[in-house]
Amino acid sequence: MDYNFHWRPVFRSLPDILEAATKTLEVSILSIFLGIAFGVLLAVAKMNGPRPARWLAISWIELARNTPALFQLFFFGFGLGAFGIHFSPYMIILLGLTFNNAGYLAETFKGGFNAVPPTQLRAARSLGMTPVQAYVRIVMPQVFKIVYHPMTNQLVWAVLMSSLGMLVGFRELSGETQFFASKTFRIFEYFAVTAVIYYVIVKFILGVSRLIAWRAFRWGDT
Amino acid sequence: MEIKFFTGLQFSDLGFLGEAALKTLMVSGVAIGAGTLLGILFGWILYQGRWVAAASLGLVLDAFRSVPLIIQLVLFFNLFPILGLPLEPFTAGAIVLAFYTSALVASIVQGGIEAVEKPMRRAARSLGMSYWQDMIYVVWPIGLRAVFPSWVGVALSVIKDSALVSVLGYVELLRASQILMTRTQEPFIILSVVGAIYFAISFPLGLYGQHLEKKWSS
Repeated sequence: MDYNFHWRPVFRSLPDILEAATKTLEVSILSIFLGIAFGVLLAVAKMNGPRPARWLAISWIELARNTPALFQLFFFGFGLGAFGIHFSPYMIILLGLTFNNAGYLAETFKGGFNAVPPTQLRAARSLGMTPVQAYVRIVMPQVFKIVYHPMTNQLVWAVLMSSLGMLVGFRELSGETQFFASKTFRIFEYFAVTAVIYYVIVKFILGVSRLIAWRAFRWGDT
Repeated sequence: MEIKFFTGLQFSDLGFLGEAALKTLMVSGVAIGAGTLLGILFGWILYQGRWVAAASLGLVLDAFRSVPLIIQLVLFFNLFPILGLPLEPFTAGAIVLAFYTSALVASIVQGGIEAVEKPMRRAARSLGMSYWQDMIYVVWPIGLRAVFPSWVGVALSVIKDSALVSVLGYVELLRASQILMTRTQEPFIILSVVGAIYFAISFPLGLYGQHLEKKWSS
């Protein structure tokens, strides 16, 4: 092995890379919240929306689940350019991730809604709760508990998927790493450090989500 | 003289995309095949291995699941030449994708073995079956039923993730679409065709997985 590892340039640009990591976190968390909002809407539309809404929801969900995430990003990045719609790299990632998250989360929420027996809603209503009260106080907490774990997994996926920013010119963690790596030709060193940073981010997210679950649901292990 | 930078879409471009789709299937097929075999081995080690082996293997496999695939691809593509064996994009991509697959399959296999209840296995052993007979004739068929749908899910996600091998310069479906888009400046049509191809591969397989899940759970 006649290769000399040079780690110094990596450590010199570490502040920039760590700052880019905050962008990764920002865009993934934002996309997961938007994804949850759209996911709930899609789930409701698919289960009992009017026909056009149901068709829209089904096509959104199936497209998001059956094509590569990178393809979806390309679509927002280049495909819509044919209609004169151009987004900044940040928006491409945000829209692409939101589209993808919403598709996957919609199925999760659908499962969650189906898992709460309809008798609970009726019982709540017969106790004098308004429909809104019944949903907010009885149904949603149970749904939330069921979908919490898949939701955190989806957040992890969003963080991993945001690395595709590298291919559409968004300088998040991967894009920034790529930038420095091609400037110095220390590709292996840069990407090794970035891999470690991703690992730490993912473990951090899982740790925090477990802590929240433990506080919110009194769960120990899941 | 007028110079034309872009040329329109031609019928032969469809052939180009078709060829690229085959390449997508090829690299994901190799990765899924090799990754599943490795994953079965790893899953068995996770279940049966001594705790040192199981814990260290678990840590490594977890890393494959916690680092973006694209980073893994770039990292290993640049590591192989350092170790003195430069690999082609296809080989490097297939190897990384296979290990990534094996990490996903291993936890499924571990779950599959655990899904077979202990009394069943004790019964098999007390009928005089050896450890491997128990594994092959009892655990395998029952465990397979429990986890085959999730395996289909993993295979589907690997087919989709194989699009990332394009960063190494391997011209699979998505990369081919990029090349065509640069030449023809018709991104919407090309991306629609490519999306339809991915959909045509992924959707029926997904339905098949759901069908099996329903059939076997009833």
